[in-house]
Amino acid sequence: MEEKEAFERVKKVAVAQLNVNGDEVTMEASFTKDLGADSLDTVELVMALEEEFGMEIPDEDAEKITTVGEAVKYIASHL
Amino acid sequence: MTTSASLANQVAVVTGSGRGIGRAIAEALMKEGARVVISDINEELCSKTAQELAAQGGETLSAPCNVTQSESVAKMVETVMAKWGRIDILVNNAGITRDNLFMRMSEGEWQAVIDTNLTSAFKVTQPVLKIMSKQRSGRIINIASTTGVHGNFGQVNYAAAKAGMIGFTKTVALEYASRNITANVVAPGFIDTDMTRALGEEIINKYVERIPLKRMGTPDDIARAVCFFAGPGAYVTGQVMEVNGGLYT
Repeated sequence: MEEKEAFERVKKVAVAQLNVNGDEVTMEASFTKDLGADSLDTVELVMALEEEFGMEIPDEDAEKITTVGEAVKYIASHL
Repeated sequence: MTTSASLANQVAVVTGSGRGIGRAIAEALMKEGARVVISDINEELCSKTAQELAAQGGETLSAPCNVTQSESVAKMVETVMAKWGRIDILVNNAGITRDNLFMRMSEGEWQAVIDTNLTSAFKVTQPVLKIMSKQRSGRIINIASTTGVHGNFGQVNYAAAKAGMIGFTKTVALEYASRNITANVVAPGFIDTDMTRALGEEIINKYVERIPLKRMGTPDDIARAVCFFAGPGAYVTGQVMEVNGGLYT
């Protein structure tokens, strides 16, 4: 999948899940530091991404995803 | 149902609500204004109870479920979401007994009770919490037993499962407090149901003698405690309320 498309869809999920403004969701944004996600949010965000993209993200991979960019790259390279 | 009822428009799922304590809980929540999901392993009983409660003027939905099977739970949750789109209250009530003295207890008797009374709470609560978490609100009420707090002859499996449920509840309460979701336990003592009636008159009378309030509890006594935890006001979480007529052993 193109990173551009993945980014737009990750952004949509992050906005809905974390209750943030779209312009806060940049490639560099950290889910916890910049977008205010706590540990439960992080788990739910991964579940929401799995649902959005129809894919499974194993726990060991999910742990490494801390920024929007990392999520986008992971999804783009796995789909 | 009047809109001033404390649970107006809320959706409540009660497992094992075809009869006994579960049915009384469903009925009480309905009278507080909730739309109730009657869920039971017995399909016929499920729809019969749902119809009978609806005839009293409430909204009910029959959603049969085997709480030991994740697929069955998923189907039940889907049915509820398709119909009402939310779940505000979950009462994990389904349970069985397979009593035997510890030395005589088979692994089958042990496992059946752990699966139906404890692992079921894991299987049902997980998908429901996902929904409540998104809603940023919810009430989970788990029906344990005084046996889980104090132990009881011939119920090592039941005691272990119900004590497990208490630890389960306290942990869910901690993890989901930030989501405005409370989790509490109601621990019934000796309650007049088909399950206890099976013990026979002699054992029942012996028990009642020891109960300070000198009677067995009724399913309605338990339902009142559940309504408290289900209601508005959310500063009580991780709590275990014994409803036992004063018998703390």
